[in-house]
Amino acid sequence: MKVLTLNFLTCAVKACKTTSASFPLVPKECELVSDTIAPNPTLLTNLLPRVDWPALGSIAVALGFPSLSPLPPTPADLENDTKMMADLHTLLLETQISEGSLVCANCGHEYKVKEGIANFLLPNHLV
Amino acid sequence: MSRPEDTLPPDLHYNDTEARKYTTSSRIQTIQASMTHRALELLDISSPSMILDIGCGSGLSGEILSSIDPADGGPHIWVGMDISASMLDIALQRDVEGDLMLADIGQGLPFRAGTFDAAISISAIQWLCNAESSEVSSTGRLTRFFNGLYASLKRGGRAVCQFYPKNEQQRTMISGAAIKAGFGAGILEDDPGTKNAKLYLVLTVGGSAEEGAGEDITGVVKNLDGVDVLDARRKHKEKGRKDFKKGSKAWILSKKEQMERKGKVVKHSSKYTGRKRNIAF
Repeated sequence: MKVLTLNFLTCAVKACKTTSASFPLVPKECELVSDTIAPNPTLLTNLLPRVDWPALGSIAVALGFPSLSPLPPTPADLENDTKMMADLHTLLLETQISEGSLVCANCGHEYKVKEGIANFLLPNHLV
Repeated sequence: MSRPEDTLPPDLHYNDTEARKYTTSSRIQTIQASMTHRALELLDISSPSMILDIGCGSGLSGEILSSIDPADGGPHIWVGMDISASMLDIALQRDVEGDLMLADIGQGLPFRAGTFDAAISISAIQWLCNAESSEVSSTGRLTRFFNGLYASLKRGGRAVCQFYPKNEQQRTMISGAAIKAGFGAGILEDDPGTKNAKLYLVLTVGGSAEEGAGEDITGVVKNLDGVDVLDARRKHKEKGRKDFKKGSKAWILSKKEQMERKGKVVKHSSKYTGRKRNIAF
C-alpha cells in the first residue's frame, strides 16, 4: 500500500467517525518495499492540496524517512525544484507498505497489512 | 439464468475457482473492458486523478485506469476495494498497479473527506441488496455505502456504478439510497430491452465553479450521441400543472374525480354535467 493511500485512510469503526484522532492511522512494525513508478508531475500537483501535510510528516518519521519541512511546498516550488519533486514522488508513490499493521490512535483497532493489502473488514458490532 | 447474488454472499461466492474463472474468461474480460471504457467516458476526467474502484475484484478495470494514455488525461492512480480475498489474490498475481484493500463496502468507506476525484464500480453494488445475517439490513448497507462514497468524493466529483439489479424494486432501492445520501443521481441504460442491457448509475457531488461539472446526469450525457433523456421529474411537474379554467366542464370533472378519490359520494357524470341551466321563464 502506498504512503499516499495511507494519508487518506481513516479508522472504519463507527465510533471513530466523529473524532479527529482516528486520522492518521499509525503504521506499526511495517516492512517497506520500493516500487518503480514512472514520475507524473501533473498527478502530484493535482494531489498535493489534498495531502494532509502534518499527517504525512508524522508518517514519514514513523517509517524512518527524514522529517519533512513544516509547511507544504506550493505548486510553484515544486515545479522549480526537481529534487523535491523526485523526493515526494519516492515517498508518496514508490514507497509501499508490504507487511505490518495500521493502528487507530483513537480506538486502538489494528488493521493488518499482508502482501500490501490492508484488511478493513470489521465485525458487525463495530460498524 | 441464475444470479450468483441469490446463492451466496460475495466473499464466499468468489472463491479461488470462481475468481480464476472470472478473470480468465475472455468473454467477461471484453465485457468488463467495454463497461469500464463507457464508465470513463461518463466520468469525463481530463487530468491524472485519484480514482476509487469499488468492488475491484482482480483489477480488470483498474488495469485500464492505469494504462490510459497521457494524451487522454491518464494514467490515473487508483485504490481498489473488494470483499473477496481470492479475487484480490489474483489481482496480486496479475501485479496490478493500484492499491488494494480487503473491505466490505456495505460497512462504509474508510477515507477522509474529499479524497477521490472520481469513483468507478463495475458489476458490484447489486451485492449490497443482499443482507447475509439478521444483524445487518440491505438498506443499512446501502446507506452506509452511499454516505461514505459521498463524503470521500471531492466537490464536483463523479461516480459511475454499473450494476445488475434483480428487478425494478432493487433498481429504485439503489438509486433512492444514492439520492438520500445527497447525490445527484440518474441512470443511463445502454441497449435497453435487449439481453445485453447495461445500467449505469451516474452520481454527481455538489456544484463546482467549473462549467459542466457537478451537474446531474442530464448534464453528463449532454455531449454523448444517441442518448434519449427521460426525465421523470419534468413529467411529474407537468402532471401537477394541470389547471383548468374555474367553472369549466373539465374543471368540474377533475374536482368530482378528486372528491371521488377522497371517498366522498359524488353524483355520476353525464353529458349534462357542467351545462348552464335554461332560464326558467
